[in-house]
Amino acid sequence: MDPITLSRLQFALTTIYHWLFVPLTLGLGWFVAFMQTRYYQTKDETWRKMTKFWGKLFLINFAIGVVTGIVQEFQFGMNWSEYSRYVGDIFGAPLAVEALLAFFMESTFLGIWIFGEGRVPEKVHLASIWMVAIGSNLSALWILLANGFMQAPPAASYVFNEANGRLEMVNFFALIGNPKGWIFFWHTISDGFAMAAFLILAVSAYHIVRKQNVDFFKRSFQMAAWVGLVASLMIFFGGHAMGQFMYTAQPMKMAALEAVWETEQPAPFSLLTIGDLSGKQEVWSIRIPYAMSFLACNNFTCEVKGVNELQAQAVAQYGPGDYVPLMVVTYWTFRIMMFFGFIMIGIAAFFVWAMMRGDITKAKWMKWVPWILILPYLANASGWLLTEMGRQPWIVYGLLKVQDAVSPNLTVVDLWISLIGYTVVYGSLAVAMVYLMKKTALAGPDAAIHESVDVAAPAIVGSQD
Amino acid sequence: MSYQFLQILWFILIAILWIGFYFLEGFDFGVGMLLPFIGKKDVERRAIINSIGSTWDGNEVWLLTAGGATFAAFPEWYATMFSGFYLALFLLLVGLILRGISFEYRSKDAAPAWRSRFDWMIAIGSFLSALLLGAAFANLARGIPINADKMFTGNLFTLLNPYGLLGGVTTVAIFLLHGANFLGLKLEGELRERVNATAKKLWVVATVLYIALGIFTYIADFWNRGMVSPGVVPIAAIAFLLAAGYFINQKREGWAFIMVALNIVFTQITFFLMTFPNVMLSTTNPDWSLTIYNASSSQYTLTVMSIVALIFVPIVLVYQGWSYYMFRKRISADKKTLVY
Ligand code: HDD
Ligand code: HEM
Ligand code: HEM
Repeated sequence: MDPITLSRLQFALTTIYHWLFVPLTLGLGWFVAFMQTRYYQTKDETWRKMTKFWGKLFLINFAIGVVTGIVQEFQFGMNWSEYSRYVGDIFGAPLAVEALLAFFMESTFLGIWIFGEGRVPEKVHLASIWMVAIGSNLSALWILLANGFMQAPPAASYVFNEANGRLEMVNFFALIGNPKGWIFFWHTISDGFAMAAFLILAVSAYHIVRKQNVDFFKRSFQMAAWVGLVASLMIFFGGHAMGQFMYTAQPMKMAALEAVWETEQPAPFSLLTIGDLSGKQEVWSIRIPYAMSFLACNNFTCEVKGVNELQAQAVAQYGPGDYVPLMVVTYWTFRIMMFFGFIMIGIAAFFVWAMMRGDITKAKWMKWVPWILILPYLANASGWLLTEMGRQPWIVYGLLKVQDAVSPNLTVVDLWISLIGYTVVYGSLAVAMVYLMKKTALAGPDAAIHESVDVAAPAIVGSQD
Repeated sequence: MSYQFLQILWFILIAILWIGFYFLEGFDFGVGMLLPFIGKKDVERRAIINSIGSTWDGNEVWLLTAGGATFAAFPEWYATMFSGFYLALFLLLVGLILRGISFEYRSKDAAPAWRSRFDWMIAIGSFLSALLLGAAFANLARGIPINADKMFTGNLFTLLNPYGLLGGVTTVAIFLLHGANFLGLKLEGELRERVNATAKKLWVVATVLYIALGIFTYIADFWNRGMVSPGVVPIAAIAFLLAAGYFINQKREGWAFIMVALNIVFTQITFFLMTFPNVMLSTTNPDWSLTIYNASSSQYTLTVMSIVALIFVPIVLVYQGWSYYMFRKRISADKKTLVY
């Protein structure tokens, strides 16, 4: 493989990996903060247990988000040095602000939260978990504004400087007011809530079926079902907004995720399209008339441009080249994400409905519920694959191509070493993490509350006790 | 504010971020490396980890912020350094991952084998990180091959020269000493005795290495390439280290800690004075060096970033300082009071 492919593969693997843990952090933080607040207000022991139990899962997950995030921060310079030179003047700013504004906040207050119970005043302890939740969501905002610039650079925010051949920032507010970033944020924050809700639903169902701590898990389940419903609806609205924005900002991505070859007016929505092996020619499809026009612009008859026309346009504008992303990927990732999104809405709505009808703890379907956990994870990874691969060949849409962005000094050997190294390290992290998550989740709240000393058997490390 | 003023300001700000990182994470690395050697029993190890448990992540963010600020203020520096030191940074990242995850995971399972594995990962990760950071900075001081396109032309072995290695090893030794002093302030009873005894030995090693590094730097004439001479700053750094030895022998833990901290701070100041106004010195041709002038962002970006920094840096300093203040009590290796 050539250095570009290797760098892309490495970036994709490490980012997706980082991103597997982030949404849960984003959402679960709010849940834990809420639970602790309820305990603070009511002094009801169940709320305290809930804080402890879900909080422990939160911490196990958080730790991986932190260590993999450091890799993210360095990779732009390490693997994409030409990119960093070209847009650093603009792109560096949100990254620096993220560290200053968000990372300090979440890490410092998380330390206070973990070690502060009984040491700092109760109010301070409570406030610190809120600060953690706010901090991690702020970090999401800034990184998404950075990513928003890569996807849809706002024209008012930059100029090209002839003298040194790079982009320079001329308006910071245009950068941080980028609608793309804010739509990302909406969709992503909702995704975080949904992820956390589905985790809570899955774990609670496991215990409810086994009749363990039923009160505790029923309360968790009920809360999560409501949040899950609202959040997955919000995901849908956010997703719709993304589609509409994409229609104007990245028409090629739009055509690619829908497999529209020829410009259509009105455009149908493809339920199923089979392409040929190159992924660039249509063989057979089923389509719902008018639906695509509606998705793209809230109107049943607008025109959706096709890949062929857009490719010709791009060649005219930017010179010869292939401007069509890999359609198999954009098409299928979009479908996975969207169908799973609808299924999530359906499932959450069903739970809410069932809760209103009676006692869910004896329901027969409960034993299947743990499986729903897979939905948000897959939808989430698909969503980013779509976003990032759909902008190919651009790294900054319309401004810089991926092939011109890679670090020129890296050899294939360097890249294989790091790629294999990350894979081994991340693989081992995953093993440890899944083991702990599972163990903690299945052990239930009593273990979480007593864990501090008792569980820690008088382990003698190294030498005599 | 003039463009040149901003460029100098951001050079100073980034220097401050690195200095803060070295000072804070320096003792974290030291504590990490000492962990399996000072802590014999599980509770002792837990007590040692807890001495930095609530703050190590916040300290590490100084590194992230230094990286982010370099990206924003000197994109060319960020690009050349991070791509140039590729494999070294990769190993640094592995080190940081190993220790970061282990702090959180080591007590989440009671099996002695599990715990001991993570404890060693903390030690090894800390060692690797300290070694590589030290080697990287020594190479920056020494200069590295950079061509006319601001690109690094060497490889990992270019960085493994005697000066770079000496810089790495010295950094490890100083951080070990710093960590031992920190633990002397945070622990109680037998552990405290043990760590103070270790500090004495570490001081000898660290001082010998430090002076060797100083002599090497002086003889190779790495002083004289910047615009300003470091002057008495490095001499003060050595004096602080010697004073630390005196205080360690007197069992004045607070003063010993402050002296080593000042040594670290003054060493970093020396480094940045030696380089200024270069940020990366080219050994291929000095004219191809990256300087604060040819590596910086535009005036507009620097202005925006200055305003952001002016508002948020003080806030961060206040709450981070406050979090240290809240956990200022000594920690005893006693199961009843330890947070796991
Ligand atoms: C649980 C996760 C999840 C679910 C159920 C959905 N999404 Fe999503 N989607 C994401 C998680 C996600 C994501 C991973 O978070 C992305 C990647 C970038 C982003 O901000 O969100 C994303 C990106 C993304 C994009 C690409 C944006 C771009 O590249 O410009 C579109 C068009 C949609 N989404 C639309 C939808 C629609 C119409 C959904 C139907 C319900 C939907 N998403 C459900
Ligand atoms: C603000 C956040 C992000 C930024 C700035 C960013 C930036 C980048 C960069 C620089 C590349 C390499 C160039 C390329 O190959 O296109 C890339 C590729 C990629 N990123 Fe992102 N990314 C971000 C978030 C994410 C997230 C959260 C994911 C999903 C988990 C993701 C998934 C990918 C994938 C799959 C690729 C590879 C696409 C390809 O093959 O080209 N990215 N991204
Ligand atoms: C490729 C771009 C990305 C970079 C450079 C990056 C950087 C980082 C870094 C350095 C950390 C560790 C912070 C610490 O030590 O406390 C981190 C964690 C985190 N990042 Fe990312 N990140 C990226 C993608 C994303 C995206 C797209 C989001 C959200 C939408 C996000 C949200 C978070 C959150 C919430 C954390 C907290 C820890 C955790 O998730 O468990 N990151 N990130």
